[in-house]
This record gives sequence, C-alpha cells and structure tokens, in this order.
Amino acid sequence: MIVANKKKIHQMSDNLSESEFVQGRSLWADARRRFMGNKAATVSLYILVLIVLFSFIGPWFAVWTNEEIDWGAMGSAATQGMPSFATGHFFGTDDLGRDIYSRVIQGTQISLMIGVIGAAIAVVVGTLYGSISGYVGGRTDQIMMRIVDILMAIPFMFVLILMLVVFGRSIGMLFVGIGLLSWLDMSRIVRGQTLSLKNKEFIEAAQATGVSDFKIITRHIVPNLLGVVAVYATLLVPGMILAESFISFLGLGVQEPNTSWGALISEGAGTIRYDTEWQLLFPLAFFVVSLFCFYFIGDGLRDALDPKDR
Amino acid sequence: MLNYVIKRVGIAIPTMLILIILSFLLMHAAPGGPFTSDRPLPAQVLANIEAKYGLDQPLWRQMINYVWGVVTQFDFGPSFKYKDRTVNEIIAQGFPITLKYGFLSFIFAIGVGIPLGAIAAIRQNTWIDYLAVGVSIGAQVLPNFVMAPLLVIVFTLWLGWLPGGGWGGGSWEYLIMPVIALSTSYMASIARITRSSMLEVLNTNYIRTAKAKGLPTKTILLRHALKPSLLPVISYLGPAFVGLITGSVVIDIYFSTGGMGYFFVNSAMNRDYSVMMGITILVGFLTIMFSLVIDLLYAWVDPKIRY
Amino acid sequence: MSFLEVNNLNVEFDTADGKVRAVNNVNFSLEEGKTLAIVGESGSGKSQTVFAMMGLLAHNGTSVGSVKFDGNEILNLTGPELNLIRAEKMAMIFQDPMTSLNPYMRVSEQMAEVLTHHRGLSKSDAVKESVAMLDAVQIPEAKSRIRMYPHEFSGGMRQRVMIAMSLLCQPKLLIADEPTTALDVTVQAQIMKLLSDIQKEFGTAIILITHDLGVVAGNSDNTLVMYGGQVMEIGTTEQVYANPTHPYTQGLMSAVPRLDHDGTELTTIPGNPPNMMLLPEGCPFCPRCKFAKSECKTKVPELIFTGTSGSHYRACNVAVEELV
Repeated sequence: MIVANKKKIHQMSDNLSESEFVQGRSLWADARRRFMGNKAATVSLYILVLIVLFSFIGPWFAVWTNEEIDWGAMGSAATQGMPSFATGHFFGTDDLGRDIYSRVIQGTQISLMIGVIGAAIAVVVGTLYGSISGYVGGRTDQIMMRIVDILMAIPFMFVLILMLVVFGRSIGMLFVGIGLLSWLDMSRIVRGQTLSLKNKEFIEAAQATGVSDFKIITRHIVPNLLGVVAVYATLLVPGMILAESFISFLGLGVQEPNTSWGALISEGAGTIRYDTEWQLLFPLAFFVVSLFCFYFIGDGLRDALDPKDR
Repeated sequence: MLNYVIKRVGIAIPTMLILIILSFLLMHAAPGGPFTSDRPLPAQVLANIEAKYGLDQPLWRQMINYVWGVVTQFDFGPSFKYKDRTVNEIIAQGFPITLKYGFLSFIFAIGVGIPLGAIAAIRQNTWIDYLAVGVSIGAQVLPNFVMAPLLVIVFTLWLGWLPGGGWGGGSWEYLIMPVIALSTSYMASIARITRSSMLEVLNTNYIRTAKAKGLPTKTILLRHALKPSLLPVISYLGPAFVGLITGSVVIDIYFSTGGMGYFFVNSAMNRDYSVMMGITILVGFLTIMFSLVIDLLYAWVDPKIRY
Repeated sequence: MSFLEVNNLNVEFDTADGKVRAVNNVNFSLEEGKTLAIVGESGSGKSQTVFAMMGLLAHNGTSVGSVKFDGNEILNLTGPELNLIRAEKMAMIFQDPMTSLNPYMRVSEQMAEVLTHHRGLSKSDAVKESVAMLDAVQIPEAKSRIRMYPHEFSGGMRQRVMIAMSLLCQPKLLIADEPTTALDVTVQAQIMKLLSDIQKEFGTAIILITHDLGVVAGNSDNTLVMYGGQVMEIGTTEQVYANPTHPYTQGLMSAVPRLDHDGTELTTIPGNPPNMMLLPEGCPFCPRCKFAKSECKTKVPELIFTGTSGSHYRACNVAVEELV
C-alpha cells in the first residue's frame, strides 16, 4: 500500500521553494513589458496624450475664438486667410473668416469625446450582452446571438441617416445611432471569450474547490475578459470617430456652431480648388495622426496580451 | 451542406421582413410626410400616394400592402417629391453606376490586399514586410472621405491628369479616383488580415508536416497554406461589402458620379422618404444576399462547417 | 560507418530572454533496420535533436555539428536539397496527429501529393498506392475512407494515416516523435506493434522519441537517455535497462512502479527539471544527483565507454563503482 509520507511532502515543498527560478512575472507585468517594448505603440501613446493636452491647453494660446469672424479675411481667404503668426491665425482662416486654429481645437475636443464616449457605450452594452449570453448559454444564448446576427445585416449607416433626417440632427441622436451600430461586434467577441473561459479547467477547478459563482465571475472571468475588451475598445474609438466624421462629411452630423474633424474636413475638401489647402490639411493632419495612434496602440495592446498573434 | 444553406436562408427572410417593416414604420413617424399634416405635399404627389397606399385604410393594412408590394414586385411606390416618377425609376438611374465602380473597388481591394498581405507574411520581418505593413496601416487611416479630396488635390489640381468629378459615361478616367478612394481602406484591412492569418497558418503543425514531406515551398504555400489563411478574409468580406456600399454615398457626393448614394442624400435633403426607404431596403437586400454567398464560400473552404 | 551518425550536434535558440542551448553536444549512431529510443523528460531536447536533423527548427534556432546520413552530410542543407531526402529517405511522424494533418485537405490529397511529387506518379496511381498503404496500416474500408477529412477519423486512426503517409516512399529512416503520447493506452499498444511490423516488413530504421520507459522496453534495440539537452547514457536497451550506469538512468528505472517489489513508498528523483535558460555550468543533472562531487558543478562530463560491453557509454564524472 502506498502511504503518503509527511516528511517526504515537506521535503518536496522545500525543494520547490529552494530551486532557482527566473523571476516569475504576473501576466499583466509581462504584457506591460511587451507593450513598452513596442516602440510604435509607446510613441503613439505619447502623441495621443499630447493631442489631448493640446485640446485642453490650446485655447490659452488662441488669439481668436472659434466663432469670431475676421472681417478682413472673410470672402478672400485665399489671399488674406493664410496661416501666419502675425495675424494670430496660426492655422489660417476658413471662407467665413473664422480662425481654423480654434476650430480645430474645438473639433478635436468634440471628435475625441464622441469617439471615447461612443466606444464606452459600445463596450458597456456589448460586454454585458455578450457575457450574459455566453455565461447563460443554451437557448437564451442562441436567441440573443440570432438577434445580433439579424441586426448586423441591417445597413446601419443608411438607417442612421434615415433617422437623423426623420428625427432631426442632434448630438444625442448621433450617439444613439453610432452606439446602436457598434456594440454588436463587441458582444460577439465578449460572448466568444466567455464561452471559451467558461469551459477552461481553472474555472472547473475553482468550482470544485467551492468558489462561489459571483467570485468566479469577478475574480476569474472578468479579468480574463479585460484584455480582449481593452484591445477592441481601443480599436473602437477610431471606428467611432470615422463613423461620426463620415456623417459630418455628408453634412448630417455635428451641426454649427459645433464642429468636428469630419465637418472641418468636409469644409476644407470643398474649397481646395480655391488654393486654400490649409483649410483641409490641418484638420486632416489631426484626424490622420490620431487614428494612426489609436491603431498602433490597439495593435500594441493586442501583441502584448496575446503574443502568439505576432 | 444543404441543411446549412437552408438555415442561412431561414435567417435571411425574417431579417428582410424586419427591415421592410422598420422602414415603413419610420416613414410613418416622419414629420413632413403625407401621414402627418405638418407640411402639405403637392397635389399630384398626394394623389399618387393615396392611390398607392390607400391612406384611409387602417395602418396594419397599409403595412401589409407595402410589404407585399416590395416582396412580390419590388415595387417601392411613388416618389414623395417628384410627381411623375416612381422610386424604382429613380433607383434604376443610379444603380448601374454604383454597381460598376463598386464592383471594381471590390476587385481592387481583394486583388491588391490579399497578395500584399500574403507576401508580407511569407517575407516576415524583411523590408517587404515592413513596407507592406506600413502601407496598409497608412491606408487604413485614409477612409474614402479623406482619400477623395487628397486624390483630387494631387491628380486634378496639381498634375491635371484626371477629371475632378463627373461620370462621363463610365469611361476609365472618371473611374480611377472613385475606385481608389473607395477601396483603399478596405484593401488595407484585407492586407492586414491576410498577413496575420497567414503568419498563424505558417506556424501550425500541419505546415510542419508538409515541410517534413519534402514538398517545395511554392506547393506548401499554394496548396496547404492559402485556403486556411483566407478564412478570416472571407469573413471580413461581408462587412467590407457593407462598407463599400456605404462609402459609395461619399463618392457620389464628392465626385458627382450620380450613383445611388447621390439619390439617397438628395432624397434625405428633400424629405423624399419613399426613395430613402427604397434604397435602404435594396441595400439591405443586397447585403443579406452577399452575406449568404460569403457564408457558402466559407463552408466550401472549411470542411468542418459543412457536416 | 553507420547508416546514421550524429556527432557533436548543438542546437541553440535566440529568444527574447537570451540564448537557450536546447541540445548540447549530442552523439549517437544508428544501423539500418534498427530502432533507437531517445528517452527524456519534457524539455530535455530530444525533439529539437531530430528537428535539427530534418531541418524543421523554428526561425530562431541554429544548429552546428554533423549529421551523416547514408554517408552524406545533411545538417544545415538548404530547403531544396533537404526536400530530396525528406519523405524519400527520411520521414517523420509527429506527436499530435489531429493538428499535424491539414484539416482543410482530404486525406487522399495529402497522401497522394507525396507520391506525385517524389515519384512522379499520376494522381490516380498515387491515390491507389495510398489506399494500399492505408490497408497495410489496417484502416478499414480504406478505399472509401481515404476521401474523408482528418477530423472524421479517430485519434488512433489519424496516427495510422500519418504513419502510412510517411511510408509511401519507403524511407530508410522513420523518426517518430512521441507517436503515442496523445493516444489512449490500448491504442498505444496497437501503434507500437504497427511500427515494429513495419520495421520487419520494410527494414526501416526507427528513431523513437518518448518519455515513456514502458514503450521503450519492448520496442527498441538501443536507448539514449537525455537530460538538460545532453546525453546521459547510451547503449543497447538491454544494457541500459538491466545495468543503468548513470545516476539519472538509475533514478528513472527505480521510479517505475513494479508489481514484484513490495514497497510502501514510490521512489522519486528529488528536485525539478532544469530551467534551460539557467543551465548550471557543469553536469546538468548535478543539482539533483545524490552522488554529486564538487567537480560535477563545473566539469561537463564527457561520454565515455563504460567498459562493460561494446556500445554502452555514460556521461558522468563519478566512476561506476562509486554509484552505490
């Protein structure tokens, strides 16, 4: 008969703790190390922070507000409205004589806000929906996912434009519409993650050692979801900004006197034939650079949290 | 396999119905239509609508008539704005144009995106890889409404090579910029997906077995690695299709090409609800059909799905 | 000169955390038609040894040394050169048959391509021969089954398919990397019998990699014991099993539970497998060895003749007589 020997077991555990090992790293510390090693991602992070700072601090340096009209430049932006330090129009003026520097700041604030809030809504709704569907499983899961499938087949942009026209254009409507668009993808992803987590052995082990369902969800499932959610949330923000810019480009989005990158690009794009490229290029630059940064950060997060994807 | 097809079609039908009903209800909720008395329509238009919809009938009756008309005859009814035109006529004007440049954009996105991604994966970490990744990342932040003006700046204003807009009956110099502007960001996404998917495939055990069998690299890439690598790309084609159609709205506006998108925005401005409805439903229908084809394609590639 | 001679084989990997020496100065040889079992724990370097031979190392791996196969040096040949040898002279089967077969191709396609490429057969002839080979490995209804996809086969059958596929060109050497680890015990026995039948019929030499001493005992002529990337002991299986002369081998043998011993405790080898990143300077087994002398910490033991019979070698700084 085999008898477990207490002395032997103590010896074994002593051996385990004595043995040399390369400093163990928690998963998060590992991920952060990989992220920091990703130059593109870290540089993007700094640039993005700078842009956000710019949107807060920029107004202090502004000579003109975003609504003031410079009568001297109005109507002759090509000649009088060029960017210069002398006139205080750092980025030039638009056709109505408004200062583009201030308008870009305002656009930055609004676009970023729409992006982040829109993504936040999508994340919250999508995560809740997806994790419930995945955890409950069975018939409920099937039905919930069918609904998602059906909703995904509807051409949302068209319906959104429809709704904007029918119910009037407002930022609120914009949020509702864009929010409706984007949680679908997130819910699918979260559901997939929840399903595969639910079946992992460590969940079984936790249940076998008597851990309560609630603790399992908070201690085991949610932290493992965070990684995936963080990656996709970061990639959602530029998606939101793109969607809003698209609508604003068509003139159906953010309305005057508010403005966004999309609206500014639309205005700038319309006047390039008149030698006023700065009207397009400044907002475009902010738009493109910010999107770049979000993509690099999202990619960096994905590489950091799931190395085999490289 | 047949089971799978039936299941997919089974979902498509209720989706279409929901879409049509939703559109109908929205139309009724809209201010400024004949269904409210906010803004009276021109007499002739009103007459057309009454004839078609039978406004004195109960709502549910009208809805059934509308749905029936759409489903059996593709009849979207008369325009809310133009007294002598039906929605179908208006759509028929723009559809072939959108179809032409939309199709070309799709071909461009796949035809450039997939090889770009594949080469980047095969020559991983060489300058080709970095270039391809750089280009695709760059292109991804250049959506259609950004590409369009940039292309015009370069090719029309600076170089004067291409006309800045119009359709010209569809001849090639009017097609180039719209197609490139529309497809670039999707081409980029396809390239990135192809690349990461192929990298994953190239690291699998079954590719290792293929190498152990002494097969030449070209055979391994084309026979063993290509099909599995394309699976995520095929999944992406559905959303890409939707994106291309949506993007065509911008293309029509900016390049004045006169496709469906133009009529859609136009009708939005004019509150021509039936046209908006009709186009939305048509787009939904095309999307669903396309998704069905994509699903079948996916099942063809992945034998595990079939059984 | 033996059919297969491996001398001073070293394999190193360039990782983010530094260089890892996975295979350290490995030497062995193999005669035609014989079986060599390479035994060791996970991470001992046994798989990397044969991957280096077949040219299947990961991108960040480099190998140096000499591998002479049928008189020709094959280590570090280019891909196209190696492709003339792979499958034709030297074939390999892997541990997990589910992931080692292409799930997107029919079995007939995967098997036939070996023959169409290496032997120039037409597609239909290649499929016919593949069916014959599947019959030989006892897949029932091979003719209709061959058109199926891998996921439609059971685990044991998939491994048979892999074995059949590897034998299509009748290679002189078959490398089996843990062929039964992923299978149930009963299936294990069948597969091992299949391999020995194949050897009898085709005269194929086999390198069998495993961590299971039981599998080794009935199925191999020679045994090589690896630890920490190095050869610890090598000899005929009889010699190594009956008279293990290395502390590690002795530990392995005594750790196997036996029905004919009446003990109350299981014997174990104290300590843990080595961290390949932080290998000690001397003998890799030193930290766990109860016979370790001070020189074991710094001196890497060389493979020396045990003196007992023609082919039994050991790598140990402590003389055999002192191992009591």
